[in-house]
Amino acid sequence: MVWRFLPPQVESLWTLFTAPVVWAIHFLICYVGAAVFCAKPGLFDVDFGAVRAGIAFATLLALSAILLAGILAWRQWGFGAGDPPHDDPTRHDRGLFQGFATLLLAGLSFIAVIMTALPALFVTGCLR
Amino acid sequence: MATLFWVMTCGGALIWAGTVAVLLYAVRRRTLYSEPAASRLIFWAGAVFPAITLILLLGYALWLMPSLRPLAQPGAPTLRIEVTGRQYWWRVIYRQPGTPPVVSANEIRLPVGERVEFTLKSDDVIHSFWIPALGGKMDMIPGRENRLSLRATKPGTFRGPCTEFCGTSHALMAFSAVAMEPAEFRQWLAGQHVPSAGATGTGARLFIRHGCGACHAVAGTEATGMLGPDLSHLGSRETLGAGILPNSQDNIARFIAEPDVIKPGVQMPGFDMLPPDDIEAIASWLKGLK
Ligand code: HEC
Ligand SMILES: [Cu+2]
Repeated sequence: MVWRFLPPQVESLWTLFTAPVVWAIHFLICYVGAAVFCAKPGLFDVDFGAVRAGIAFATLLALSAILLAGILAWRQWGFGAGDPPHDDPTRHDRGLFQGFATLLLAGLSFIAVIMTALPALFVTGCLR
Repeated sequence: MATLFWVMTCGGALIWAGTVAVLLYAVRRRTLYSEPAASRLIFWAGAVFPAITLILLLGYALWLMPSLRPLAQPGAPTLRIEVTGRQYWWRVIYRQPGTPPVVSANEIRLPVGERVEFTLKSDDVIHSFWIPALGGKMDMIPGRENRLSLRATKPGTFRGPCTEFCGTSHALMAFSAVAMEPAEFRQWLAGQHVPSAGATGTGARLFIRHGCGACHAVAGTEATGMLGPDLSHLGSRETLGAGILPNSQDNIARFIAEPDVIKPGVQMPGFDMLPPDDIEAIASWLKGLK
């Protein structure tokens, strides 16, 4: 199975936030990058096409990272073997619950990253 | 804009009809579905479908955007109108490449069928620029330049109120937007480049003597003040005092004598101490500045 190639499972609450953090960083890269590029025309020696390419690259990177986080979460959730709500006061159920929650957050972040990047598909330049 | 409306209305109606149909079906049906089947329905119809629909709608809206708000379009608009909000009036400057700017106030004229780009500014507090008949509103913020692009599709006179509270006479701050046939508009604009024929004479002398020129500019005279509206062609405007009074000689005389009664908090002192004859003479002269 491919799953053997995945990194070993980390038991920490923090993995829950991987996908939203990627989303936040991607958001900042896109918006701050475009804003700085448009506000300081002399600072970079590239045209707006390069900014769009950069955003495309950052988006691919972010989507892959979120995808990976999602797959890890899916594994933590036991590949969907059991049904939610996973609310028994056991270590096992806590893991399943966190996996499921992480998976949902990864889905949300995936869509959000796409929506953040979408304007770059249509905006072709700065307003000067 | 109309297409967008119909797409949204029909799409919304379809989704609504679908939802109600499923609801009716659920109410009528006696036997129950299995839990996994219900989960599947929630997943596909409650998460995947809305997410895809929203992404498509966002894409559609973004795709429409360049035509609503032309950003870095190569064929930049030839006509730019700079409007500056002041308590409680509007300075209007027409800028066209190759010709000197034309300064006016409290009335905006635009050619029908052509896209006009507005540069919106403020010199004091936040105002807001809105011609409901032509498009959405946009704030005028001190220290910022906001841009708005509008296209009038039929001739007419449209009212534009200030839509951000800016002081005592906020409600008395408006302007009219006059959409004219392009040829007529060009002719009008050319006329604005030259001083009005009646710019000299007794009225002009009184205007200067009583100090009006410190705040008002009238082309062809020594009056070059910038604190108040440019009055070079006041006589040809439709309204007086930023869209609040019909532009008649009587109203001009009243405005000179007691602007603070007409507009509380106005930035122009009253001149009711002047001899009435002088006020009449100035009002008649101003009304004649076509
Ligand atoms: C301290 C500066 C100041 C002086 C002096 C002044 N005005 Fe004004 N005037 C203004 C301002 C500001 C406005 C805009 C008022 C408003 O609508 O809020 C105005 C508005 C007007 C208007 C209406 C303009 C329009 O576009 O509808 C007229 C007419 C006018 N002034 C005539 C005069 C005359 C005549 C004198 C001299 C007797 C004079 N003003 C002196 C500041 C001044
Ligand atoms: Cu205002």
